[in-house]
Amino acid sequence: MSIAAKEAEIIEEFSMFDEWTSKYEYLIDLGRSLPLIDEQLKNEDHLIKGCQSQVWLDASLEEGKVRFKGDSDAQIPKGIVSLLVHVMSDESPEEIVNTELTFIDKIGLKEHLSPTRANGLVAMVKQMKLYALAFQHK
Amino acid sequence: MSLVSDKDKLMIESTGFDVENIRKDFPILHQKVNGKPLVYFDNGATSQKPQTVIDAISNYYSSYNANIHRGVHHLSQIATSAYEEAREEVRSYLNASKKEEIVFTKGTTEGINLVAHSWGRANLKAGDEVVISAMEHHANIVPWQMVCEATGAILKVIPIDNKGELILSDAEKLITEKTKILSVMHVSNALGSINPIEDLICLAKKVNALTLIDGAQAVPHFMVDVQSLDCDFYVFSAHKLLGPTGVGVLYGKLELLEAMPPWQGGGDMIKEVTFAKTTYADVPLKFEAGTPNIEGCIVMAEAIRYWRALDHDAIDKYEQALLSYAKEKLSEIDGMIFYGTAEKKVPVISFLLEGLHPYDVGFILDKHGVAVRTGHHCAQPIMDFYGIPGTIRASFSFYNTFAEIDQMIDALHLAKRMLS
Repeated sequence: MSIAAKEAEIIEEFSMFDEWTSKYEYLIDLGRSLPLIDEQLKNEDHLIKGCQSQVWLDASLEEGKVRFKGDSDAQIPKGIVSLLVHVMSDESPEEIVNTELTFIDKIGLKEHLSPTRANGLVAMVKQMKLYALAFQHK
Repeated sequence: MSLVSDKDKLMIESTGFDVENIRKDFPILHQKVNGKPLVYFDNGATSQKPQTVIDAISNYYSSYNANIHRGVHHLSQIATSAYEEAREEVRSYLNASKKEEIVFTKGTTEGINLVAHSWGRANLKAGDEVVISAMEHHANIVPWQMVCEATGAILKVIPIDNKGELILSDAEKLITEKTKILSVMHVSNALGSINPIEDLICLAKKVNALTLIDGAQAVPHFMVDVQSLDCDFYVFSAHKLLGPTGVGVLYGKLELLEAMPPWQGGGDMIKEVTFAKTTYADVPLKFEAGTPNIEGCIVMAEAIRYWRALDHDAIDKYEQALLSYAKEKLSEIDGMIFYGTAEKKVPVISFLLEGLHPYDVGFILDKHGVAVRTGHHCAQPIMDFYGIPGTIRASFSFYNTFAEIDQMIDALHLAKRMLS
């Protein structure tokens, strides 16, 4: 499935929630299904800078596709990581580098992008693209 | 929309403090956030402003904005008088003995930096000691580290105990003949502890060390008298005391300020400039290089006038009642862990819910209209002491109510439900 198709699916799912509480409960649930990064990789190298919570991210290239893993010590950021990992994984490095994500804005998670949230989400997306860029030039 | 409950009405009767009336002075409080009445519990970060302060800003720019200390024209004279009257207001508020002892700064951080860099670089030498405490804000750690690095002086740290109180017996051992200055906070921003600064100042005097007190978190809660404290320097920021951001005060004893070299050069701080030599203005102007925050200083004085006109005994009783009510209600929540349980505290509560990240809890509180601070509160050493990355901090002001605490408690129950 393409990145755009996965985004469309997420937008559809999130449109069902009228209440912020159910939306965030769903997001927190998604965090529980995140493919977790190995405990020993939870180090400075894999830490995303600029988050109020700790967020770790790792990537590998398998048969030309990038596969992401991550984790966070906070549940809401973990849910967001889980969405990003789902959307960006199993895609080619080119596609990841060139994609402009739109679903974050459309499902109302933009507030996690604001400077007061220390730009955590922006830093995560940037880190994913950096991984993809590195694989592209391997 | 009024966030005042029956409990508040009872308190109004018992303390004589009419919070309902006070809240009318603060227009920002009467709004909804995410569909809920705003509950502003981030007063430790900055206070809200009464209408009289907001009006003073507009009045300055609509009536007498001009540069000071130089123009002979009408507006400049009015602005200069207002600026110097602001200094007199601050002098009288702190009970300093002379107007020249009041230096206007950008805020607490600049006040500490001024003393560290001007007095510190001129007076500290290798082997001298600077004593701070383990609960200091980064603003009272980093400038001293910089000056120690430059001069070879050594930084010593008074430890704290689990309750978040300074250990006085250790302070007695740390403050020695080698100590040249003791720089400590009056009240902890992260924990709310009121430090025994009278005792510490006394220890410093025995060894002829100077004292700097960081009053940023003290001035919003009680009156300070620098002569009765007999400290050498006292610093605070206007924005935590109902005033504007970007302006604050350094109080310093006149003979010390006079002996200190200027820190920044520029206009307004000189007597005469030639390419051969410059002579400096007298204090306090020697430390106020460039066009100052004229509006900020004048408006700060208005905030201080508002604050001084309030009944501080009633405010003290009321704030302590808010603090004990919040403690009582919070301790009913399962998994509640408090950080900072000093005997003497301003109404600030730092806590965590077991197993829950402060970011998640803070986010859900915000969705429920409740503004708190989450994180390390610019006091990382204290968080290291407790072995945690940060806390959730609710810091109250005299315009907060019992009904607002109830709204925070509801939001915390919701956070627990959603995150467990």
